[in-house]
This record gives sequence, C-alpha cells and structure tokens, in this order.
Amino acid sequence: MNAFQFSDLISFSSLMSTLGTATIVILAGLGCLMTEKAGMMNIGLDGIITGSGFVAAVVSWAADSWALGLLAALATGLILGLFYGVMVIRLKSDEFVIGVTLNMFLIALSTFLYRSLPAEANGLHVTEGTGMPIPKISLSMGSSNPINISILVPVALILVAVCQVFLYRTRHGFWLRAAGEHPESLQSVGRSPAKMKYMASLACGAFCGMAGAYLLNYVDGFSEGFSASRGYIAVACVIFGRSNPLLVTLAALFFGLVDTVGQRLQVFGVVDSNLTAAFPYAGTILMMIVLAVYNKARKPKRKAETAEAVK
Amino acid sequence: MSNQPIQPIVEFSHISMQFPGVLANDDVSLSIMPGEVFALVGENGAGKSTLMNILFGINTPSAGTITVKGKTYKSLTSAQAIGLGIGMVHQHFMLVPSFSVAQNIVLGDEPQRGILYDLREAKRITEKLVAEYGLEVPPDEPVKNLSVGLQQRVEILKTLHRGAEILILDEPTAVLTPQETDELFDVIRGIVRDRGMTVIIITHKLGEVMAISNRVGVLRHGRLAGVYETADVDERKLASLMVGKDVLLGLLERNQREQPIPEEPAISVRNLTVRDNRGLEAVRGMSFDVHRGEIVGIAGVEGNGQSELVEAVTGMRAIRDGEVYVFGKKINRLSPGKIRKLGLSHVPEDRLATGVAAQADITENLVIGKHRRWPFSVLRVHMRGGPARRYARKLSGEFDIRSAGVGTEVGSLSGGNMQKVVVAREFSFDTQALVIAQPTRGVDIGATDFFHQRIMDKRNQGCAILLVSADLDELYRLSDRMLTVYEGRITGEFDPATAPREEVGRCMMGADQAQDSKTTVNEASDG
Repeated sequence: MNAFQFSDLISFSSLMSTLGTATIVILAGLGCLMTEKAGMMNIGLDGIITGSGFVAAVVSWAADSWALGLLAALATGLILGLFYGVMVIRLKSDEFVIGVTLNMFLIALSTFLYRSLPAEANGLHVTEGTGMPIPKISLSMGSSNPINISILVPVALILVAVCQVFLYRTRHGFWLRAAGEHPESLQSVGRSPAKMKYMASLACGAFCGMAGAYLLNYVDGFSEGFSASRGYIAVACVIFGRSNPLLVTLAALFFGLVDTVGQRLQVFGVVDSNLTAAFPYAGTILMMIVLAVYNKARKPKRKAETAEAVK
Repeated sequence: MSNQPIQPIVEFSHISMQFPGVLANDDVSLSIMPGEVFALVGENGAGKSTLMNILFGINTPSAGTITVKGKTYKSLTSAQAIGLGIGMVHQHFMLVPSFSVAQNIVLGDEPQRGILYDLREAKRITEKLVAEYGLEVPPDEPVKNLSVGLQQRVEILKTLHRGAEILILDEPTAVLTPQETDELFDVIRGIVRDRGMTVIIITHKLGEVMAISNRVGVLRHGRLAGVYETADVDERKLASLMVGKDVLLGLLERNQREQPIPEEPAISVRNLTVRDNRGLEAVRGMSFDVHRGEIVGIAGVEGNGQSELVEAVTGMRAIRDGEVYVFGKKINRLSPGKIRKLGLSHVPEDRLATGVAAQADITENLVIGKHRRWPFSVLRVHMRGGPARRYARKLSGEFDIRSAGVGTEVGSLSGGNMQKVVVAREFSFDTQALVIAQPTRGVDIGATDFFHQRIMDKRNQGCAILLVSADLDELYRLSDRMLTVYEGRITGEFDPATAPREEVGRCMMGADQAQDSKTTVNEASDG
C-alpha cells in the first residue's frame, strides 16, 4: 500500500472519477429538474434507475448487445415516466406518494426478480460479469495513464447544455416552466399545460433510464441495492441547484468529488472504509446546511434589490 | 348609441347555462354594440362571469347561440374566441410571475429564430405595443416585481397583442387603489376612443359603472333583469335591480357616543414591528389606539402589512418589537386562546384557512370556543350534541345562514354563508373588542349590507373594532377614524366624513399626509 499523499487526490484520474460518479447523478438530476420545473417533482428517481438498470442487465445479457440494453433501459424509463405522468396529471395523485411508491416498488421488484433468475452455466449470475460494455473513449492528459470513460459521460454533459438551452431559450421550455409555475396562464393562451407536464415526466423517465444503463456499466453488473441511493442524491442536487441544469450539475460534481475523495482515502487506508462510504451522504447533509444558511442570509438583500429595481 | 342602425358586435341569444344543480344563465339575450363600454353588474353567483366565459369559449352553453361580428355559433372555443378578436382579463391574472413582462405578453405565441425563442424580438414587440397604446410597462422586469395595477396593464397588453377588439374585464378594479382605478379608466377610454375597441366590464362597484360605461346590463339569479343607458339610471336603482329589493346602501345608524370614551383604550398598539413569512419587516413601527365604541379602519393596498398587523394583534404571529395591549394587558407573548380570554374576537381575512374548520359541520364551527362551557359540555371533556345543535339553529336563524341543516359541512357553503358562520361565532362571544379583516370579500351586496349592519350594531353596543379592508367604500361607510398604511407604516389619519378620496389614495400609495392635518397623527402615535 502506497503512502498517502494529498497530491494523489488532485489528479487527472481523480477528475475523471469524479465525473464518472457524478454522471449518474447528473442524468437523474436532469430528469428530476424537468419535472420540478413542470410543477410535479418526481422523487422516484432511485426506483426508475434501479428498474431500468435491471432491465438493461437482462436484455443486454439475453441479446448480447449493449445497444439493445441501453434501448431497453430508455424504454423502461419512458414507460415508468408515462406511468408517473398518468398518475399525477390525469389521476391527480400526490406526486410525492407516487414517487415514494416508485422507489419502494421498483427496488423491491428488481431484487425479487434478480433473486429468481437462474445462475448461468459458468456459475455467474446472469446480471453479473462485465455488465454492459457500453463503448468507452480513452482520455489522457500529460504523462498520466489514459483513462477510459463511457461515451455516456460526454453525452450527459451535452444533455446538460441541451436542457439549459431548452428551458431558457426555447418556447417549449418557457411553456414547460409556465406549466409548473402558473398553468392557468398557459391554458389561457391556448397551450396545454398537461402536454408540457407529460413531456417533462417522459423526459424524466428517459433520463433516469439512461442513468440506470450507465450505472449498470459503471458498477459492472446489477446487484441488490446497486443504485446506492444515488437517485435520492440527485433529488437533493436538484434542490441545491434550484432546478437550474448548470447548478444541478455543479451540485452533482460536488457529490462526485466527495465520493472520489472517500474512495481514495479508503484505498490509502487512511480512514476506515465504513466512514468513507458515508462521505457522499455526509456531504449531502453539509450542502443542505450551507444552502439553508446562504438562503437565509441572501433573501432580505435580494428583496431590497428588487424593490430598488422597480423604483 | 343603441338607436343607431349599427349591427351589434356580440349578440347573446337565449343563452342558458346549466351547471350540475345550478342554472347559472337562464335565457339571457343581450347585444353589445361596437365601440361601447358595456358594464355587466350583478351579485355573486348572478351569472356574470359564466356569461363572459361563454363568450370567451371557456364554458359551453346548454342552450342558445352567440353571434360575433355577424356569424352565429352554438359555442366557441378559446382559440376561436381569440381568433375573433375577443380578449379577456381575468380577475386572477394569467401571468407567470417569474417571467418578464415581455415574455408574458408573447406567451404561447413566442417569436422564433430558427429553433430558438427570439427573446430580443419579444422585447421589441412589447416596446412597440407600449408605444402604440401608451401603456407604460418595464419590458424586462419579472412580473412578480410589479404592482397589481401594472400587472393588469400587462394583461391588457397581452390581449391587445393577440389582436383583441373586444376586451372583457372581469372585476378589474377589485384590487386597485383609487388612483390606479382612474388610470385604468383613462386607458379604457383611450382604447375605445382611439382604437374603436369594445369593452365589457364586469363589476359590482356601482360608482364605477356610472363613471365608465355607456350602457349597463343587470343580471339577477342568472336572468337578465334589464339593460339601460347608464345616463338613465342611478346607483340606487341598479342596486335594487341587482338584489331584487331595495337595498339601503345609504348611511348606517351610528349612535353618538353617550359617554366619553373611557381613558384606557381597548386595543393599544405601540411601535409595533412584525416580520412576514419571508422574514422581512412587514409592520414597521405602527402605533395607534382603538377605543370602545369606535371603529378604526385600516386602509391600504393589500400586502402593506395589514395581514401581519392583524395576526400580531390576535396572537397568531410573533411580535418582533414594540407592544400590543388588549384592555391594558400586554399580549406580546400570549397565545391566541389567551388573548381571546382577555375579550378579543377575530374575524380573519382568509375564512377558509383560518376562519372555519371546513370539514366540520356548522354546529361544530359555531360552538367552537364555547364548547367547553355549559351547556355544551359537562366537565369540559365532551360536547353535548343536543344543546349544541339547538344553539346552532338559533344562531343560523339570527345570522341568516342558509344551508340544508346545521349538520352541513361548512366547506360546502358559499363564501357569503361561510362568512356568516364566522361572523355569527365571533359576534356571539361576549367580547368588547373585535378585530375584523376583509369582512365582505367575495360576499354579495345583500350580505354585505347585512354584515355592515351587524358591525355597526356591535360598535353601537360599545365594542372596540379594528377593521382592515381592501375595500375603501366599506371603510368610508363604517369607520369612525381611518388610518392609511403603506409598507408597514401609518401614513395618515382621516375622518371618513370629511376626508377626500384622492388624499386617502395618495397616502395609500406612500405619500405622507398633508402637513396641516399631521397633528392628529402625532397625537395617535405619541399617545
């Protein structure tokens, strides 16, 4: 075991690892913020990630194709997103109840099916092994060893930009936000708020499906509790980032960084592994406190500014 | 105007609208002429909004036809209505608070450049509209930062941008100050004169009907009670047409005080500072007294600290600084229950949220507060149904609460009846101080008159009353003294018998009261 050096934490590989972990949270967070903007925040991300990850595992194994696995994950996400939309928009159920239900039911169902699946001839469980070999690209910087990252990492970053532009620079983005903030005004100009809400919940499903497929690839195979509550972390990031794609991504990167630091410290054996495993969650709580204090300090000032601006 | 051989621009022909259990419009036939300002008046539930919603394509009539610009329709959709040049400014604004003025004006119909929304073009469109109609609004400002009057302008511009020629305004002055109302009327006169627009204005303020309209139509219980040239009728006539009987909107009987006001005020507020839910100072150093046998009215545009003031005095909100005394006892740290025991009753502004228990029945709502006393309870632990129901029936009779029975869930009552439940309960406590907020909001003219009589009776019996209202007419009618508030401060004190409205309105907008009458304010705050 190498001696621990602080400089080991600040390296190209750390950066890539941060990005790798954060991508799951970024993807799920993008989905969540779409629904939040549409006024129906979906907190069932963890369930959708787990469910679509499981489907991706089975399909990619059966068809022996990562592309089909990814498509299956997206389709699963879309179906679950549609389910969420119908429950919340059409049947007017409470969004939090449906979100919690998605989490509990899908995680339990995936675990049940996972345990019911037969073992393969070579003794490996069907969903174990190498997971889904989504193509990777190789990156290197300076003298460091090249690092392979999934193509979904740059895709996620592009999607952040797409979401940002969509929400603030396209008419449909404005309609989606109007549907969340004041649906009557959208209705009164002859545009359907329900349509925008469906769009948001389908997008959420698709983003979470992609997150599930990526996660399957990232952790090399499905296992019980394989999402490690990252869906919940994504919900937290959406709240920290006030549903702004760029800010949510920053929050997700912070989470990825804390996770990476935890892993590194664990590798070097400096800190007990049980403690480092708690890092991301402790970081989440820390962020929440910082945000609360910041908001409290900021509000009166902002009010004063707007009062000034109106005059 | 109706004598000229012009085709009506809108014609309702035998319109009926059946909602489950309610006939909202009953065989209404009405013509609107191009270029006129037509006022539609009626009590709550008379069917004004329903009729306009039919024209704007929100409701589909059960019977009858609508003719717009010579073409007859069985019903319209909103898109059709907009296409025909009909625009509606709803009572609750259809604006997205965080979007800018320009973004709200073009909402649903955004200018595009490629696949992107052309924000600069949206701003240009707004500036062009502003220049064309002379309705000044800041294009880049988020709507939530604008005053209600400016938001209403944005709404009007929004309909103009969609090419409206027929503008429907639903209770447009309900939330405006007198100055803003005057400005709105100038705008209306301007677009009618210069653009030949037709304006239909729904209102229940008869003074405004007289001020702005060419013709007026009165709806009562869904039927058209008459259409008149405004010049041929007066407010009294319209009021009796609306209610179907003579209503005394005149003076209430106001006892002269038999004895001088007791030294000690019933409610005394000293340098009161209160924060709102966002932690901002909503009440900033208010001082005033309310003596027994007087009604002190608080006048102000909503959101200038009135709600927080009422909550602080009744113990529902923490007092930041200063003191409040009720019958000489400091109540800063007392609970609402303890304050009630000192002899203060409260008719809250939001009757559904804080005035009643919506899911409980009329009996429970009337008895609560007395439910631990004989004869409603033995040993303070349970409620005796029989006496409670008898008492509820008695009060229901006195206060004219109309329902299927005292077992009716209060949440299912109309706004006016729900308010009667609140007033019946609060006025039947044996208290000598009352805090009343927005007593007649959303209540029709008949019930308003009833509440006003009751409030005046209480005053005449020697009760001290603090009255907060957004309705200036109401304050003028009831108050012995009127205080104007602006951004949490008292800006003036007036005698309603002599105070000019313009002066009161200026103080509501933040101007300090003219120097010569300032002495009374100082007296009140030094007290």
